[in-house]
Amino acid sequence: MIFKSLFYHFKESWKNLFRNAWMTFASVSSVAMTLLILGGFIVMTMNLNYITQGVENKVEIRVHIDRTAEKDEVTAMRSKLEHVKNVKSVEFSSKDDELELMRESWGKNSSVLDMFEQNNPLHDVYVVKLVNPQDVEKAAKDIESIDFVDKLQYGKGFVNNLFNVTRIGRYVGIGLIVGLIFTTIFLISNTIKITIIARRREIEIMRLVGATNAFIRWPFFLEGIWLGTLGAAIPIGILSLAYYYLYTNVVERLNVQFLQLLPPNPFLYQLAGILIGIGSIIGVLASLMSIRKFLKV
Amino acid sequence: MIEMIDVYKSYPNGVNALNGINIKIEPGEFVYIVGPSGSGKTTFIKMMYREEKPTSGAVLINGKDVASYKNSKIPLLRRNMGVIFQDYKLLTNLNVYENVAYSLLVTEETRTRMKRRVMDVLELVGLKHKIRMKPQELSGGEQQRVSIARSIVRNPKLVIADEPTGNLDPETSIGILKLFEEINALGTTIVMATHNKDLVNNFRHRVIAIENGEIVRDEVKGEYGYDI
Ligand SMILES: Nc1ncnc2c1ncn2[C@@H]1O[C@H](COP(=O)(O)OP(=O)(O)OP(=O)(O)O)[C@@H](O)[C@H]1O
Ligand SMILES: [Mg+2]
Repeated sequence: MIFKSLFYHFKESWKNLFRNAWMTFASVSSVAMTLLILGGFIVMTMNLNYITQGVENKVEIRVHIDRTAEKDEVTAMRSKLEHVKNVKSVEFSSKDDELELMRESWGKNSSVLDMFEQNNPLHDVYVVKLVNPQDVEKAAKDIESIDFVDKLQYGKGFVNNLFNVTRIGRYVGIGLIVGLIFTTIFLISNTIKITIIARRREIEIMRLVGATNAFIRWPFFLEGIWLGTLGAAIPIGILSLAYYYLYTNVVERLNVQFLQLLPPNPFLYQLAGILIGIGSIIGVLASLMSIRKFLKV
Repeated sequence: MIEMIDVYKSYPNGVNALNGINIKIEPGEFVYIVGPSGSGKTTFIKMMYREEKPTSGAVLINGKDVASYKNSKIPLLRRNMGVIFQDYKLLTNLNVYENVAYSLLVTEETRTRMKRRVMDVLELVGLKHKIRMKPQELSGGEQQRVSIARSIVRNPKLVIADEPTGNLDPETSIGILKLFEEINALGTTIVMATHNKDLVNNFRHRVIAIENGEIVRDEVKGEYGYDI
C-alpha cells in the first residue's frame, strides 16, 4: 500500500521544502553549519589520531650500553630489559649497525663518517619499544637503574606534550560533537514542527477525506531525511575541497616528518559517508520527534 | 443508514451539546438539520463522521456503532462518506482537479480510473472547464462545487454537509441545493445542517429541528420554522 503512493510522498515532501523555502533554507544552513563543525572536528581528531599513532609507533627508548660490559652481561641486560613493565620489544643494534644508520640519515655528507670506520666511537644499543608509549617517562626511569646502562635516548618533552594535546583534543571534540548533534536534532525537529503547524489545515483535510495516519506522516518523515542529507551535502563539499587543497598544496610540499595527514582517498569518502549518515539519522530522529509530538493521532 | 440511540455529548468544558438524541435516517433520504445557533447541529453532524465521540449512546452507520471505533478505523469510515463545510476546506496549493483527485489518492486509486472519475464528477458540478485553476481564483459558489465534487468522487452512499451555503448568496445557494438534489436523485443520502430559511421552505425535504441538544421536531416535508 505504501509502495503505490511512495512517488506521491516523495514529490510531496520535496514540494514541502520549496513551499517553506525560507524555513528550509534556515534549517538546511543550520544543519550544514553544525555538520561543518562536526566534520571539521572529525577531520581534526582523525588526523590527530593518525599523527599520534605515527608518533606512537616511532616512540622508542635507545638504551646505550656501557662499553665496559662483557658479552654475557650484555645478554643479561636484555632479559632485564624485557622484564621492565610496559616493554613490548627489545632489539639489539651493534655499534656498527648504528654507524650504518647514521650514514643513511646523513646522506651525501656521510663520507665524513668514513674516519670512524676503524675506530667506531658509538655504543652498542638496545632499542626498546613500549606497549603504551604514553608512559615512556616511567619506563625510562626503570631502565636507568639497570646495570651497564650508559645513557638513554628518547624524545622527552615533545612526546609528552603531543600526547597531552591530543588527549584533551579528543575529549573536547567528542563532547562538542555530542552537543552539536543534539542541537541539530532540535533544530530540524523545530523546522518540521513549523511545517506541521503551517500545514494544520491540510492535515485536517487529509483526515477528513480518509487518509490514514501513516499516509499523513510519510511526507514529514521524508522531509526530515531531506533536510538532514541536504544539510550534509554542503559541509561535505566545503571540507573535501579544503582538505584536498591542504593536503596537496601544504602537506605534500612541506613534507615535514611528523605532519602526515590521512590521504584524501579513502578518507574523504569515509567522511562523506559519515556526514550523510549522521545527517539522515539526525533528520529521521528529528522528524519522528516532531511527528509524535505534533501530529496527535 | 444512520441511527442514533440515546446519544449524549458533553464537551470537556462542561457544555452539554446533545441531550438524548434518538433518530433514524433511511438510505436515500434528504434531511435538513435546523435549529438556533448553538443548539447542537454541528455536534450532531460531527457524531456521524466521528470527529467527536458521544459521551454515551450509540451512533450506527450502516449498522455499525462508530462510537466504539478505534481511531485507526476512522479513515475507513470517512472513505465511505462525503463531508462538506461552510468554508469549503480546499487545499489552496492544489488546483481544482488535484483537490478532487486528493480524495482518491489517499485510497490508492489507479491513475487512469482516478482521472476518469474526477472528470465525471467535475462535469456533474459544472467545473470541467476550470480544472487547472486554483481555489483562490474561483468564486465562493465554485469553490463549494469543488468541495462537493471531492465529497462524491468516491461514490459514497452518504453525504453530510454543515451549512454548505453559509457563505453564499441566495442564487448561488439555490444552485448548490439543486446539485445536492441531483446527487440525492442518484441514490445518495444527504444530511445537511442549515440556517437557510428560503432553501428549506422552497425545496421541501425532511426537517429535523434541534434545540438545546434535543430533537424538538421531525417532519417529512417540513418548514424551516424559525425567523432567521
Ligand atoms: N469543541 C467544543 N468544545 C466545547 N464546546 C463546544 C465545542 N463545540 C461546540 N461547543 C458547544 O456546544 C454547543 C453546541 O454547539 P454546535 O456547534 O453543535 O452548535 P450549532 O447548532 O452548530 O451552532 P451554529 O448554528 O452556530 O453553527 C454550543 O454551546 C457550543 O458552544
Ligand atoms: Mg454549526
